[in-house]
Amino acid sequence: MSDFSLFRFIPIWRRHFLAWKKYWLSSLMFSTFEPLVYMVGFGYGMGALVPELGGMTYVAFIASGSLAFGAQNGATFEGMYSAFSRMFIQRTWDAIINAPMSLFDVMMSEWTIAATKAVLSSVTFIAALLVLGISREWTLIWVVPVALLIGLAFAALALIMTAVAKGYEFFSYWFSLGVLPMAMISGVFFPVEQLPKWLQFIGDCLPLKHGVELIRPLVQGKLPSDVLLHVGVLALYALGGFAIATHLIRKRFAN
Amino acid sequence: MSAVLEFKDVHKSFGKGEAKREVVRGVSLAVESGQCFGFLGPNGAGKTTSLKMALGQTSPDSGTIRMLNHAIPAEARIAREKVGVVPQMDNLDPDFTVAENLIVYSRYFGMSDAKAKSQVPMLLEFAGLTGRENANIRELSGGMKRRLTIARALVNDPDFIVLDEPTTGLDPQARHLIWDRLKALRARGKTLLLTTHFMDEAERLCDRLAVIDAGLLIAEGSPRELIEKTIEPDVVEVFGDDVASLKDRVSAFATRIEVAGETLFAYTTTPKPLTEALSQFAGIRVLHRPANLEDVFIKLTGRELRD
Repeated sequence: MSDFSLFRFIPIWRRHFLAWKKYWLSSLMFSTFEPLVYMVGFGYGMGALVPELGGMTYVAFIASGSLAFGAQNGATFEGMYSAFSRMFIQRTWDAIINAPMSLFDVMMSEWTIAATKAVLSSVTFIAALLVLGISREWTLIWVVPVALLIGLAFAALALIMTAVAKGYEFFSYWFSLGVLPMAMISGVFFPVEQLPKWLQFIGDCLPLKHGVELIRPLVQGKLPSDVLLHVGVLALYALGGFAIATHLIRKRFAN
Repeated sequence: MSAVLEFKDVHKSFGKGEAKREVVRGVSLAVESGQCFGFLGPNGAGKTTSLKMALGQTSPDSGTIRMLNHAIPAEARIAREKVGVVPQMDNLDPDFTVAENLIVYSRYFGMSDAKAKSQVPMLLEFAGLTGRENANIRELSGGMKRRLTIARALVNDPDFIVLDEPTTGLDPQARHLIWDRLKALRARGKTLLLTTHFMDEAERLCDRLAVIDAGLLIAEGSPRELIEKTIEPDVVEVFGDDVASLKDRVSAFATRIEVAGETLFAYTTTPKPLTEALSQFAGIRVLHRPANLEDVFIKLTGRELRD
């Protein structure tokens, strides 16, 4: 496309952000509260039975898993439910593409606002870790860009779902058949080493595990290993997913 | 003559194989600068698809489209910088106030926040919504929402304004107010393209009309021309329980007679002998009126329901 622009979407992102500012409390509650409940409930409940895991307390273990899972949640919700209601229910996209904006610009705005939600969710979560004293490491700073990357990967996948969705019901498939099983084999709630090799392999091919493996050392005050691999897989899902989602949305709008 | 919008032999179909339907079947038209151009047709005639093609949101299979001297769809995004669109379906931002709706939309045109804010009072005044800047969209009536949508279409001071059924679903007071605003836009030299089902609306507002049916352009001209060209000048409507039985007895006085339910429509050039003949019958009501655009539309597109 001749007049492709990478930054033209910013006014649309600002629209989504203004809408978020009106409901920020309930929105943050939603994306942060649930993983916090997992962390506190399992962390202290199970943590009493499992005192240590791989050199860290169980509560710190599950905190790092929940950080990755929370970032995923924030982006997935935004990329599915919010994007779909803007596209299909409120017809916000129709209004935007009547202005000098392209569908690519709209998709960029959805992708980046969903990733923004992942970042916001991780920042609140980090604040909770600091307050509860679960982790007070300076390396927590690096969780923010990781959350952004997790956000971009899962937002892209969510936007693919949105591109083919006929109604909201469809999205529960992605949660039940995609996200939740993925969490089970990605080391969010428990280590994966005892799982069958083939399940571990599937986990290696999916994005969430790479997010967890980047975040877990950071919560312990260490730097992760194999950074390039983890970042590479997340980036591949982000860029590849976004390209597919944009293609599918263009097809949907042409008819 | 400079055409603001030009279609040349435009075709568009949806679906593949067996399910393929040609929705627009070779439409050519030109909307000249400063005109209010009315696009009429029954449901499913191809109006909305044509508008979507004009705005570059769906591509024609063949034919050429130009809007504001840009090739469409290749340069549609750039062309839209000087276009305002009032969509058929209300798509204001329900989470935002009246002013926020205008500011947010202005920014899509690359406008600075300061510029976007500064023009809000002027836009609200035009829309008759002064003092409502902080009102929630959900508090607005249907007419106010539509006026705000028109104001939103003006944030970029467009040369060309496209309105898809701008008064559908509004009460008469609200419709008259919208008509008044559209006339004001025309007086400012804006070019307007509107689709409508309301023939009185088209007759009042439009300089030029195109009637589209089943994807084909079946008539074009000014409202007056279309009436004179297509139809007899007088219409006599007869209401009664058994008007169908009158058909043969008055047919000598009319060029064309149609019966729809309990109404008989007689189209004639000599209304007097017809009304005199009808005055002999009891139990009927007679209405004699000049032919209007609705008669033209019905004659061109038939009486059958289109869904």
